[in-house]
This record gives sequence, structure tokens and C-alpha cells, in this order.
Amino acid sequence: MVLELILGTLNRALAYGTPLLLATLGEIYVERAGVLNLGIEGMMMIGAFSSFVVAYATSNPWLGIVVGAIVGGLFSLIHAFSSITLRANQTVSGLALTMLGTGIAETLGRSWEGKVLTSPIKSFSGDFLSSLPGGLDLLFKDSNLLVVVSIILALVMWFFLFKTKPGLFLRSCGENPSACDALGINVWKVRYLAVLWGGIMAGLGGAYISIAYRPTWSSGMTQGMGWLAVALTIFSFWNPIYAPLGAYLFGALFHLAFRLQVFVAPEFLNSLPYLFPVIALVFVSRLAFRKKIGVPGSLGKPYERGKSG
Amino acid sequence: MLDAENSWEQKPVEVAFRSITKRFPPDILANDRVSFEVKKGTVHALLGENGAGKTTLMNIFYGLFSPDGGEIIIQGKPVKISSPREAINLGIGMVHQHFKLIPTHTVAENIILGLMSTSFFFPAEKSEAEIRALSEKYGLKVDPRARVWQLSAGEKQKVEILKALYRKASILILDEPTSVLTPQEAEELFATLRAMKEEGKTCIFITHKLNEVKEIADAVTVMRKGRVVSTILPSQVSLEELARMTVGKEVVSVVPRKTLSNRIVLQLQDVSAMGDRDFPALLNLSLSVREGEIVGVAGIAGNGQKELAEVIVGLREVTGGRIFLEDKEITNLLPRDIASLGVAYIPEERNLGLVGEMSVAENLLLRGYYQPPFSQGFWVDWEKAEAYSEKLISHYQINPPLSDIPVRLLSGGNRQRVIIARELEQKPKLVVASNPTAGLDVSGVEAIHKLLIQAQEKGAGILLISGDLDELLKLSNRIVIMFKGEIVGEKEKEHWTEEDRREIGLGMGGVKG
Ligand SMILES: Nc1ncnc2c1ncn2[C@@H]1O[C@H](COP(=O)(O)OP(=O)(O)OP(=O)(O)O)[C@@H](O)[C@H]1O
Ligand SMILES: [Mg+2]
Repeated sequence: MVLELILGTLNRALAYGTPLLLATLGEIYVERAGVLNLGIEGMMMIGAFSSFVVAYATSNPWLGIVVGAIVGGLFSLIHAFSSITLRANQTVSGLALTMLGTGIAETLGRSWEGKVLTSPIKSFSGDFLSSLPGGLDLLFKDSNLLVVVSIILALVMWFFLFKTKPGLFLRSCGENPSACDALGINVWKVRYLAVLWGGIMAGLGGAYISIAYRPTWSSGMTQGMGWLAVALTIFSFWNPIYAPLGAYLFGALFHLAFRLQVFVAPEFLNSLPYLFPVIALVFVSRLAFRKKIGVPGSLGKPYERGKSG
Repeated sequence: MLDAENSWEQKPVEVAFRSITKRFPPDILANDRVSFEVKKGTVHALLGENGAGKTTLMNIFYGLFSPDGGEIIIQGKPVKISSPREAINLGIGMVHQHFKLIPTHTVAENIILGLMSTSFFFPAEKSEAEIRALSEKYGLKVDPRARVWQLSAGEKQKVEILKALYRKASILILDEPTSVLTPQEAEELFATLRAMKEEGKTCIFITHKLNEVKEIADAVTVMRKGRVVSTILPSQVSLEELARMTVGKEVVSVVPRKTLSNRIVLQLQDVSAMGDRDFPALLNLSLSVREGEIVGVAGIAGNGQKELAEVIVGLREVTGGRIFLEDKEITNLLPRDIASLGVAYIPEERNLGLVGEMSVAENLLLRGYYQPPFSQGFWVDWEKAEAYSEKLISHYQINPPLSDIPVRLLSGGNRQRVIIARELEQKPKLVVASNPTAGLDVSGVEAIHKLLIQAQEKGAGILLISGDLDELLKLSNRIVIMFKGEIVGEKEKEHWTEEDRREIGLGMGGVKG
């Protein structure tokens, strides 16, 4: 009984946490390269909308997913251009991207409001689930291929970041771009690629929401997940391997807020998923401050050659 | 002597700078038709006052800046170097004045950074053997797996040199490499440079220390105000002549005051504090400074000197013991309150004392902006502020004498003058100075020494923390030796001897006298 409750909660946590995980993984790379992109919410909305439209029109959900990722990536280049090439303030540019993304998706999406996708990405079939060993069928009941892909991505992205040469270059650009430049690394290129990857991942996260998690279109359907991803990036110490932990924890909190309404005031429960990051962030930032780990040394600072001090 | 000249003359030219010119906005002429030649297999020193344009020239050579005119010739071939990558491919390596290392990375990761030829998977691990072999060969001992933040300044520098050697550099540029080193570490560096010379590698060595030029350089080019004054052989000139050539005038050495009062300005009683990484940095340390006294703190960097300065000025929490300024307890007061009681602070890390993006005038005002005459209720009186900073700029000879340019555009020496001007202008009772002359040219060093002595004569007690033992012996009335967060020795003298020097040097290494 208790085990079932736990597995049931985890099952929902996986389903709900996946878009968070995808967006967080992307942002980890962006921030590791030294760029802060607060436009995740906007990129997710754009990704969700474009993928929904394509999946609706072609009845091919996978095509929708691919388009969502591509559109998210292209959209992020606006931020790359203004923050890397023009060296604009990254916070302002990221906020603008969020406003632009949600604005576009909502304006264009008006005529799609409430439409339902007839060909969504389906959860694992009963046959497949019953072939899984004990308990796992309950755990993955509401999951689909994308959930598994996102977990694999977390592992691969961790390995790439910490164990490969390009991963080392990426981390270094966020720590000390002038050292990288002096060693002949093209800091601008690395940062552009990182931002692009962040956009692709956010777009993918958005696409998951509108094509798999809740295959309809309604404005504001990302529900501030982009902002949670910003918090989760910090919560995972900028390390892809910790990202699933945070993402699924949030997923579980959302689910519990829903399940426990009968016992506890729903206002309190509903605020939990948002209260929690505040508490967690205070804790994490203290830890990061004392141990001097985590925060990429040059996060949010535009790089300009020959500028000292 | 003629031998030296002959052998230098006969060596082939490795690099020739021809009429290099570089302008910075608004109208700073950092390099003005700079021309000289560097011979293969030699150590070539580049000498010149702060702001002379040495770093700028080397940044051009390394592809970080593009020159406005002139050309660079390597082994007879004119080259165009428009990025560090091209410089590296031409066999140029550079150890920058401010290290370009990534503290959170390991030594190996720092060394292989940017190299396309390293393996895709586990690049750091796979290059360890090669790094070890190089360290062995050139006497540059560092653990490839250590994290850079754990290293001392001397070890960091070894990593920087290894970075260049790993890229097979045949020309190595060292920008003020010894300003962060202890005397022993400097000797080790020179041994490495000699080993490199043996192999036919060429070094360009920027320094302010004239005796180093004498010791290690085969030739020296003196620069002043962006121009080359001359290129000579160090064996043919005296130290005094070198000093005169560098600053263009006679350098007069100052002497500190010897008579002291008995009034105590600063008193530390059994003070303890933690370091940055949750490690005790000060252990029950007691110390006092009298009115008009210069107390020198000797020790190898990292033995608690930084923390000592910080607990006094209120930047670090005191976890045990008490601190008094005259009879007032200042333990764990706010930094601003401590400062307003008459404590001036010249920090070790210059970026800590200045706001790079803000103008010289604004930086000069950082201490006093909230008090009259500069502050009128809610507003800052910019006219008064402007006049005040003009006065300070001329009195402390800050160059270029412009109050509205951002501080980050000043050379290292001039940035230091801005801090000192601001701090000493407060008429302090106590001055806490951490390596106040690191990286300064001969005249800069003398100027700062003079300013400190002036403060001393006005009655200020001075706690002078310095890695430069010669500086301490020149200025201090009393010297204490710090080792692992404790004071392990103390001496008071009117005149310091060679014997004192040796004894203190040993004490710094932990040998009790
Ligand atoms: N990026 C820059 N923009 C504008 N001015 C600069 C810049 N870099 C250097 N300068 C100016 O060019 C001049 C030469 O500076 P440089 O750093 O080459 O001096 P230096 O000889 O290395 O001095 P130091 O001994 O203090 O290191 C100085 O007046 C400095 O203020
Ligand atoms: Mg310099």
C-alpha cells in the first residue's frame, strides 16, 4: 500500500518532472559557458506552440517534437546575439526573450485555444509495462519514450561535460573566458553553441508538454516551468547528474499538492513547489559561497578581449 | 665584458619588433614606434616604469591586441598575429601579469585547455604522464591532479610556464613573473629559465627589479612613455644607471623614522579566525603597533597574512580574542565603522580596493562620499569631488592625470596610487598595508615608501605585510614573522644586518630562531 503510494507519486513525478529536467539540462550548459539565459519560459512556450501546430497539422507527433526543438534553438539565438555579440545585459535580454516568446505563442495561439491533439505521444503500452519486472510497471505507468530519453540525456551530458575535451572547453569558458581566449579557444563560438543547445532543450521541454503531457493547446500552459528550471539549475550545482533529482522532486511536490488537498489547506500545498526553491536556493547559495564550488566564475559577464580588471 | 657583448652580438635574431605603434582611446599612446631585437637563446629583459607600455607590446605580440602600425619579424619572416591561436602556432607562449588560470580546474585541465590535439575522452587524465615528464625536465614540480585554487602563487606560475612548454613554445614571454614569488621561488624560476636557454629557447622577461635584470638577463630594453630608450647589455651598466634610464631621473631612496613613542595604536589579543576554506588561519595571535611605528609582517604568502589584515579592518569574522584601536575595542565591528575610527586599508588584491568600471574620481571618493564636504544631505557635490580628485591626482602623481576615465584603464602601478591616495588622505591612525608595492616600478616603490613614511611621521602606526623581505628591512622598526597562522619570531632593530635577513628568511620557512 505504502509502496504503491510511493511508486504512484514517483510515476507522476517522472511525467511532470521531464519538461523541467529537459529545460534544466539545457540551462546548465548555457550557464556553464558563462551565459545566463532567463528566457527559458519563452523558449518553452515557443517550442510548445510550434510543435503542437506541426503535430496537429501532420498528425505526426515526432515531427512536432523535432520542430519544437529546432524552433526553440533558433529562438534562443536572439539571446545569443544580444548577449554575446552585442554584450547586452544578460538579465534584461533573457527577460525580453521570455516576454517575446510567451507573447508570440499566445497571440498566434488564440485560434488554437482548446484544440486537442488526436495523435499525441502515448505513454508506454500495457504490454510493454507488464513485461517489466516487479513494481517498475507502476513506476513507468505514465511515462513515454521522451522520459527515458531525458534520463539518458542527463547521463550523457554529465559525461560530456566532465570527461571530454569539448566539455572541458565549455566549462572553462564560463569560469575564465580570458584564459580560454589566451589559449586560442573561440569563446564566442562555444557560448553561441551552448545557448543554442539550451534553446533546443527548452524547446524540447515545451514540446513534451503540448504533445505528450497534456496534448492540447492553451495559453500559459508551461505554467512558469521555465522559471523553475532557472532555480533547478542552481539547485543541481550546475551538474547534469543532479538535475533529475531536483526535477523529480518538484514533480513529486506538485503531485502531492494535488493529492493531499483533502488534508491540508490547498493554498499552502500549492505554494509549496514555489516556496521550496526559495528555501533550497538560500541553502545552496550559502553552501556554494563557503565552498567556492558551483557557480561558474564568469556567469553573466559578457566577454571582451583585452578588457582587464 | 667584451666577451659578453660579442657572444650576444653574434647570436641570430629570433624576434624583431619594427616601429610598433598602439593607441588607446581617448588618446593614450601606449606604444610609440617601438623597435628592438631579441636574440635566440637569450633572456631579454624589458624594463620600464608603470604604464610604459610593456604589457601592451607583449599583448600585441601574443595576438591579443592588433597594432596600429609596425611589424613583427620572427626568424627573418614578417608575421601577422591576429589571435592568440596564431601566436601559439608560431611557438609563442605567454605568462600574463595576472594569471590566466581556472581555479576550480585541476592543473592538468588548465594545461591542456584549448589544445585540439588532446584526446577526446578523459583529456586531462591522458596527458598526465606527459605533464609529469615536462615538470621533471624543467624543474617545475606540481601535481597534475591538484586543483589550482589549492596552489601557492609560485606553483600557479609553474602551471603557467608548463602551459607554454606543453605547447612547444620556443619564445616565452613572462610578464612580471617574480612580483608574486618568494626569493627562493624566484631562484627556482631562474633555474628553469637557464634550462630553457640551454635548449635554445628565448625568453622575454618583464620586470621592475633591477637586480634581477643583472642576474638573469643577457640584454635589456628600457622603455619609457611608450618608447624604447635603449637596448643594452646589463653587464655594462650599473644598477644606478639602469634606474636612471628607467624613470628618466635620479631615484632617491627614503629613510624611515627611527624614534618611537610608547602609545599603542593597535592591539590584538589572542585573535583567532578561519580562512576561506573553513580552515583555521589565525591561531591565538597577539600583536601590537605603536604610534609612529612601522611593524613589518614577514612570511611566505598563505600563512595567515591576508586574514590578519582582514580581521583588523573588519572584513573577516574574529572567532576568538579581541582587537583594540587605542582604547576602543573594534572586534567584529563593521568595516565602515572601523574605517571611520581611523583605519586605512591597502589591500593585496587591487580589484578589491577599486571599482574598475567607475571613474578615478569616484574611486577616490569611495571612503568619504557620504560625509561632508562631498555629501550635502542626499546629494553628492560633484564640483567639490572633482576639485578634490584633481588635487589628489596631482599630489599622488596618478598617470594619466584624468579623473573621469574608468580605473580599469590605468596600469597596475597607477591603480595602486589611487588606492593609496584615497586611504592616506583620511589621516589614519593606523594603516594596514598588504604588499603595497607589488608590481610597481622603482620610482613607484620609492613614492609609496615615501607616502608611508609621511604617514608614519604624522603619527600613524603602520602594519606592513609584505612578501618582499628587502622592503621590510628597509622600512620596518620591528619585524614579526608569521608561519601557519602564528607569530613565530619578532625582532626590533634600528639597523638591519645581513645576519637578520638570513635569520628572518629561515623563520619564514618555519625554522625557529
Ligand atoms: N585596454 C586598454 N584601454 C585603454 N588604455 C589602456 C589599455 N591597456 C593599457 N592601457 C594604457 O596603456 C598604457 C600602457 O599600459 P601597459 O599596461 O602596457 O603598461 P606597463 O608597462 O605594462 O605597466 P605596468 O608596469 O604597470 O604593468 C597605460 O597608460 C595604460 O593605462
Ligand atoms: Mg604590465
